[in-house]
Amino acid sequence: MKIVGLSGSNVGSKTRTTMKYVSEKLTSQYPHVDWTFIDLADYTVQFSDGRNYLDYEGDTAYITKTIMEADAIIIGTPIFQASIPATLKNVFDLLPINALQDKIVSFFVTAGTSKHFLIPETQLKPILSYMKAQTVSTYVFIQEKDFLNKEIINDDIIFRLNALVEDTVMLTDTYKRIREEKESMYDF
Amino acid sequence: MEQYRINKNNGLEFGLYTLGDHLPNPQTGQRISAQQRIHEIIELAKLAEEAGLDFFSVGESHQDYFATQAHTVVLSAIAQATEKIKISSSSTIISTLDPVRVYEDFATIDLISGGRAEIIAGRASRVGLFDLLGYDLSDYEALYEEKFDLLLKINENEIVNWKGDFRPALKDARVLPRPLDGALPIWRAVGGHPSSAVKAGAAGVPMQIAMLAGPTQHFKETIGMYRDTARQYGHDPEQLPVATAGFFHVAETTQQAQREVYPHINEGMKLTNGAGFPKRGFAMGADRRNVLNVGSPQEVIEKILYQHEQFDHQRYIGQMDFGGVPFDQLMRNIEWIGKEVLPAIRKYTKKEADQ
Repeated sequence: MKIVGLSGSNVGSKTRTTMKYVSEKLTSQYPHVDWTFIDLADYTVQFSDGRNYLDYEGDTAYITKTIMEADAIIIGTPIFQASIPATLKNVFDLLPINALQDKIVSFFVTAGTSKHFLIPETQLKPILSYMKAQTVSTYVFIQEKDFLNKEIINDDIIFRLNALVEDTVMLTDTYKRIREEKESMYDF
Repeated sequence: MEQYRINKNNGLEFGLYTLGDHLPNPQTGQRISAQQRIHEIIELAKLAEEAGLDFFSVGESHQDYFATQAHTVVLSAIAQATEKIKISSSSTIISTLDPVRVYEDFATIDLISGGRAEIIAGRASRVGLFDLLGYDLSDYEALYEEKFDLLLKINENEIVNWKGDFRPALKDARVLPRPLDGALPIWRAVGGHPSSAVKAGAAGVPMQIAMLAGPTQHFKETIGMYRDTARQYGHDPEQLPVATAGFFHVAETTQQAQREVYPHINEGMKLTNGAGFPKRGFAMGADRRNVLNVGSPQEVIEKILYQHEQFDHQRYIGQMDFGGVPFDQLMRNIEWIGKEVLPAIRKYTKKEADQ
């Protein structure tokens, strides 16, 4: 099972801090998972110009190919100007339509204010649905006050992240079985 | 239709196209040599002609897993190896070629073949060739439109005066040789998006539209938009042929046909396009209302006739060699076509002579 952690912002530390926790949790609890962590801050990604994702080069090609090969993706994203960051949207734009078909996608959000709570619901989920992801419906919403010195200090957030990791792995396993059962009926 | 060498009374034309892909056979993991692949394509054209098919075309793709980058050279070998089948490209990427050279090549193929050459010009679905041949991807649309227009102009005028952005101007230029009948049928290749169909309609040129899978109804709408737009721009849709292109495979039963060809299509698409063909989508393709022509000969005949009834198109071309399909399987397919599919299609789409 290949799972990719995608940290969707070029700046800030909250999303990265959280993704580090998710990364440790996932690899220690599920050692059989092939885990790749992509922090967009570490890469130079070009803007989408509409070409087939196989035609990009360098970091852009690495990121698109890694996502396309994944069985599941855990997205971590901040909220900028009442929306997802352009860096994350660009990753979606680089991919083909239906790119997330047969993939499980879960996510957590870090935000500066509680007023942003519904933004992933109204802005991120529609993108994932359009790209045909199997989305884990519950997401973890994390605020400034839940962090101190680049550590998560709110135990409730820790518990919720644990559940998110568990749900992601379980749904990926389950969905694979559903798909295999369905496809075995086709006889070709 | 005459200027495009289409006689409606003959019914729906039936042909084959190859993209010239050079992919491993997923059943064995083996890939034949580029030389063998090119020879097999030429052989396939000969067999298509012997089975009575109307048309055979070869595509141009400049990327890994393809072998007919120099598609006009392959086409000229086919011109020499055959006698009556129409030969064309599927498609020529006019955006990154010089229309003068393209015209010279195809006019020559037309002379070699005794007036059987056509050009189907597209703008590429993958874009590596822009770097390879020295073009800027940001000119993707402008290059296609300008060069396609120039190609038409050369076709219509033996002496050309022309000025554009992507090629030195032509001053009283004679583009030679001229094709046998003075002009070539030139088509626009449309990937299936309605906006491209609309452009083809506005330009008033024949349209070849790719349709891999999906409801016939959906593509009927796109073809309708093409004809409506042509009418709006003062062209007569009655004079503009439409061709459809898509996967083709027949076997004893639909299940067997699906089983034989699915791995080739799925694995081939993964390598050339980056995503496989979803199994459910392929399974849905068995429905009569779906454009995917994979099934038993009888079912595929019914589908093609249904599509003809819906589209009123003039030509259907099938792609059956994608993804390393072994040659003996292609020969079996051609045999089915010659014995079952073609006679039925002719019988039901041909117009009686006295009508």
